[in-house]
Amino acid sequence: MAQLIQVTPQGLYCPQGDFYVDPWGKVERAVVTHGHSDHARVGSQQYFCSATSVPILQHRLPQAGDIRPLAFGEALQLGDATVSLHPAGHILGSAQVRIAAEGEVWVVTGDYKRCADPTCEPFEVVPCDALITEATFGAPVYQWQPGAETVGEIYQWWMENRRLGLTSLLFCYALGKAQRVLAELRRFTDEEVYTHGAVEAITVIYRDQGVATLPTRATTDLPKDHSYSGALVIAPPSAHRSVWMKRFKNVSTGFASGWMRVRGHRRRRGYQRGFVLSDHADWPGLLRTVRETGTKKIYVTHGYKDLLARYLCHEGYAAQSLDTLFTGDDTEALSEKEIAKAAP
Amino acid sequence: MKKFVALFQALDTTTSTNAKVAGMVEYFQTVPTADAAWATYFLTGERIKRFITSRDLQNWAIEMTGMPEWLFKDAYHTVGDTAETVALLVGQAHSNMQDKSLQEWIEREILPLMPLSKPEQGERVKQWWRELDTAECFVLNKIITGAFRVGVSKALVLRALAQVAQLEPAIVAHRFIGAWQPSAEFFQAALSPAGHTSAAPRPYPFYLAYPLEQTLESIGEPEEWLAEWKWDGIRGQMMHQGGEVLIWSRGEELVTAQFPELEELARRLPEGAVLDGEILAWANDAPLDFAALQKRLGRKKPGAAVMRESPVVFMAYDLLQYSGEDWRERPLHARKSRLTQLAAQVEDTRLMFSPILQFQSWEDLGQLRAQARAQSVEGLMLKRRESTYQVGRKKGDWWKWKIDPYTIDAVLLYAQPGSGRRANLYTDYTFALWQGDELVPVAKAYSGLTDSEINRVDNWVRRNTVERFGPVRSVKPELVFELAFENIAFSKRHKSGVAVRFPRIKRWREDKPFREADTLDNLKALINTTAPAT
Repeated sequence: MAQLIQVTPQGLYCPQGDFYVDPWGKVERAVVTHGHSDHARVGSQQYFCSATSVPILQHRLPQAGDIRPLAFGEALQLGDATVSLHPAGHILGSAQVRIAAEGEVWVVTGDYKRCADPTCEPFEVVPCDALITEATFGAPVYQWQPGAETVGEIYQWWMENRRLGLTSLLFCYALGKAQRVLAELRRFTDEEVYTHGAVEAITVIYRDQGVATLPTRATTDLPKDHSYSGALVIAPPSAHRSVWMKRFKNVSTGFASGWMRVRGHRRRRGYQRGFVLSDHADWPGLLRTVRETGTKKIYVTHGYKDLLARYLCHEGYAAQSLDTLFTGDDTEALSEKEIAKAAP
Repeated sequence: MKKFVALFQALDTTTSTNAKVAGMVEYFQTVPTADAAWATYFLTGERIKRFITSRDLQNWAIEMTGMPEWLFKDAYHTVGDTAETVALLVGQAHSNMQDKSLQEWIEREILPLMPLSKPEQGERVKQWWRELDTAECFVLNKIITGAFRVGVSKALVLRALAQVAQLEPAIVAHRFIGAWQPSAEFFQAALSPAGHTSAAPRPYPFYLAYPLEQTLESIGEPEEWLAEWKWDGIRGQMMHQGGEVLIWSRGEELVTAQFPELEELARRLPEGAVLDGEILAWANDAPLDFAALQKRLGRKKPGAAVMRESPVVFMAYDLLQYSGEDWRERPLHARKSRLTQLAAQVEDTRLMFSPILQFQSWEDLGQLRAQARAQSVEGLMLKRRESTYQVGRKKGDWWKWKIDPYTIDAVLLYAQPGSGRRANLYTDYTFALWQGDELVPVAKAYSGLTDSEINRVDNWVRRNTVERFGPVRSVKPELVFELAFENIAFSKRHKSGVAVRFPRIKRWREDKPFREADTLDNLKALINTTAPAT
């Protein structure tokens, strides 16, 4: 069997095409699945990504000069490999990388999910001979209800807080999750929502690409003594208990993440409410994906990789875990610089 | 039941004590009295007799899902709680259950399982799981395994009950102390102005001290205070009332039968007396170490040999009731002087009176504290002369001033994930000391680091694992921590030859290379500075 992907100190490498997928080192050619910081890193000379990812990469990697867009499904010849990108359903522009060479097809999923999300292209099943899948939530206790239901709970929480005269502070990933909440909330209201600067910047990028969200207003533009009573404010987790948070008086804090499925995680992070909302595949979603791609060989990265790999072997697949530097964590902290830039 | 699940979730998702009390008050006021009684029972930490184990839940969940056992165990380690793991695996997205009251659930569904065989119990429980949503499954699993605990203290529940009854919290606290039956009748009487008519004797709620963290000068003048040793035994209340003799532990459990010699002593107390004090293993005018007392615990009835080896005394320090009259509102000095008279009357070597220590100035007191270790006590108690006997842990009138713990620098050797709030985080550590070129494990410690330190250590553990043994990882010897502990003794049961008491992490010694951590001999040298082991 051919080996289309190897793990090298720089990251996942395709020797046939001489390129890397989401390299964590500095390389010549990087194919990037999506804009989260454990996947899109600085220092490479040339980046390929989906067309809808380009503005996100430009925002996240302002120094990167050479970012080349690929339409979903468009074939790109790199060396002896044919490369194409296919929607992963994780965040706007997120892609799986399909690599064809030596008569075989390998797919690197990047981060992905299988449930509906109005802010991004839905996951596409790509048949393959080998699948490199994430397993951020690769344990059977992680099972999601539809995002719309969870966002309904967020809305109820917001309204209950309003009744009590509290400001609702919802913390979530600034790229992807925040916009998903803002889009799903449109089912319930057309009210304006306040945003932390880091969330606002990404929301503007989403809106420019035609994603419908509730109207937003950055707290950065408002005087310190502005009243937020009864309002909903969305911010990245790194802003929790920060100086920025001091401007809000009576608050209720919530956190939207797949980790909130487990009570221990909820309690130790110190948020009052946890909402189970993830942009990663849950356990049934991971198993379904492996099944539907028809692959026989699976490499597992991120999170509960040993657990998922062992279970897949138990189910008769050839599976093993791969050591990578992807975290897939739902709670990615922004870099200090990014926070400083977004919230003076 | 749905209302109780909602209450549990409300309590579990807020950190505001006012919101918790308000949630409980609303619950108590809107549900049938019998439900309120059962809810109080569980919220205050009482439990039904445990006849279904976590292991049973695990087996039934495995049968129901068809997953391999290792997968269940791995899932457990990501969650840290069996009842919750099972609920997450088997609970339905939406509840299909027709709602029943909490009382019906407990009395008509759960308790009737008790006489059934294991397979029959399993079938019933699995049937419930097929109908209940995840939150309901979790609460049910917690109730049937007798491990229901939520984020409310007993004091907070009592506060809510007092609000419902419009009574003083102290009165309500007294009515819910000790063993009680969760019935509508009991509950109604407990919240009525008059209280129970024919109540069995119950202990008074213990008054507990806070650790002294401020300067002595800031609490006032020395003459306002009484000082005594802080004894290292088991806090207890001894009562002789209505011809009955009862000894209660601080956990509000009856321990009368465990201490026959104290039962005998209590009979010699005047009728209607209630004493607060410390149960101590004692010989030759000095306390034996805590290990001696431990031999007396957890036995229904001690054998003659154990009683000879570890004789106990009651070190009395307060008088709560005399001749059937509640003395708790009288000043401490008055209670103490009546207590000394009482001890003199009884004249029994098993009843001791905790001596009042003489001191003129705060400096004197500091010198007394310095002698604590030599006296085999934990430190000093400071009590305001005029203080009443209050309910629960209160600041202001009683302080405990413990001696500084022993400390030692040890190397992190093994780590394993914690449970509950710390599930899936490496927070339970085993530490080692040098013996020649070898690191010998000496202590396990679970607490003492900040959340951000825990995250850093967790991250480090994942990157520096040498071997895995189930959930336990051995790690590269590198990190050094200063451990604090209360006491130390030689021990044949430990590989290191010593046992330390209450070890915890004092701080992370990031400045210290692991080669320079302490040796086992350093630790053993500390033993000579304390009372000899038994």
